[in-house]
Amino acid sequence: MKLIVAIIQPHRLEEVKTELYKADVNLITVSEVLGHGRQKGVTEVYRGAKETGNLIRKIRLEIAVNENFVEPTIKAIVKGAKTGETGDGKIFVVDLKECVRIRTEERGGVAIG
Amino acid sequence: MNGADTVFVLLSAALVMLMTPALAFFYGGIVRKKNILSLLMQCFIIFCLISIQWIVFGYSLSFAPSSGFWGGLKWLGLIGVGVKPCADYAGTIPHQAFMIFQSMFAVITPALIIGAFAERIKFSAFLFFTLLWATFVYDPLCHWVWGTGGWLKELGVLDFAGGIVVHTTAGVAALAAAILMGKRKRIDSYVPAPHNLPFVVLGAGLLWFGWFGFNAGSALAVNGIAVNAFITTNTAAAAAGLSWALLEWIRNGKPTVFGIVTGSVAGLATITPASGFVSPLSAIVIGILASVLCFIAVALIKPRFGYDDSLDVFGVHAVGGMLGTLATGLFASKLINAAGADGLFFGNPKQFLIQLIGVAVAALYAFLVTVIIYKLVDIFVGMRVSEKDEFIGLDLSQHRERAYTVIE
Repeated sequence: MKLIVAIIQPHRLEEVKTELYKADVNLITVSEVLGHGRQKGVTEVYRGAKETGNLIRKIRLEIAVNENFVEPTIKAIVKGAKTGETGDGKIFVVDLKECVRIRTEERGGVAIG
Repeated sequence: MNGADTVFVLLSAALVMLMTPALAFFYGGIVRKKNILSLLMQCFIIFCLISIQWIVFGYSLSFAPSSGFWGGLKWLGLIGVGVKPCADYAGTIPHQAFMIFQSMFAVITPALIIGAFAERIKFSAFLFFTLLWATFVYDPLCHWVWGTGGWLKELGVLDFAGGIVVHTTAGVAALAAAILMGKRKRIDSYVPAPHNLPFVVLGAGLLWFGWFGFNAGSALAVNGIAVNAFITTNTAAAAAGLSWALLEWIRNGKPTVFGIVTGSVAGLATITPASGFVSPLSAIVIGILASVLCFIAVALIKPRFGYDDSLDVFGVHAVGGMLGTLATGLFASKLINAAGADGLFFGNPKQFLIQLIGVAVAALYAFLVTVIIYKLVDIFVGMRVSEKDEFIGLDLSQHRERAYTVIE
């Protein structure tokens, strides 16, 4: 089992969702986050006071999958989120020790899908 | 000169003033949260810009006596517009009170249009577009319908508070602008949900409140016509809101908050030209008609043709304004307003024809000139932001501010 964490551009969320559904990945958690990588943030001005390096709005996806779904999920995220410009985001894949479905108390791979 | 009338018109002007910020919240709540400031900013700067335009030359072009394309130039910079009443417009209040009351109409009309190109217009281009539009569309049409010597006025066109001058012109211009500008990027696959519906309700409520100044104030005196306009305004808005909610309940299974406020605003726009000429019972019929027709325009016609009039300016204001103007030709009665005329249902079919001519002229003129202005500004400045700026959102890309923080 793996936990896939992806940071993407907010305006690509719809495409990424569409691609994930196509790849049969239906269980995702989405949150709004702030951050920046190489883009070094944006400049904002309030009553003339300039603030540089402000954090940029991003979307974080969390998807837990079984091994055979790892590549399809990564491909789907890349297909949906890639524009070719700085700021497209990153995908992190982490080992997942355990997964419990609260309703049934099932554990492991069966609990994921 | 009458003190009560003067107080009434000045307070009405203040009520209409409130409608532009109200519209900003009505619109701002519907867009995505990365764009709300751009809508608030556009409404606010229109207020500043057109207030000045009006004093310097807009009022003269609109209302100075003339039988030409514009009003005359003799009231440029308000020269000759003093505290003495101007009998042509309002014989019991200072001329300047009439002027400032009218300035609020000149402000909100171009502000209505911004719903059509919301979330994708370049701010600098928007300023040029607005100034040209106010000068070449609003001012002449205002003169034709309301100004001394205006040819539609001479023809007998009835427009109590701006069904033609405000709502038809702005709504049709919005359609032209939406078609020329094209859709927002990536909205084919999903329609973005309004980011703050409570703001939309707040805006609609304040619009309704301000509309009492808009319509009742247009009587320009404390009299029975003002009271009638007040009642018909409230009645039509209520009938329209109620029937929109029922329509949704029947068609979609649930009545929505967004639906009832949209219906109410449609009812308000529709009763505007008729408010001083029709009875409260006619206002109920007009309100219901407003809901049905605007609902069809927004829910059926727009998707069929695929233009992205983002906030339904055409579907609500043009359809409402045109419908209300035609309805005036049906329901108007001299028993309500002796200075008006009888409509078709009161034995005068000619009035309906006159109303039809008024609407057709205004719609055609506004559409054509909006296209010309749009193209001109597009060539010199470029009307639309880059795709990247659109994705980032207009708040950050046009104003370097954001409305909401995520952390703290």
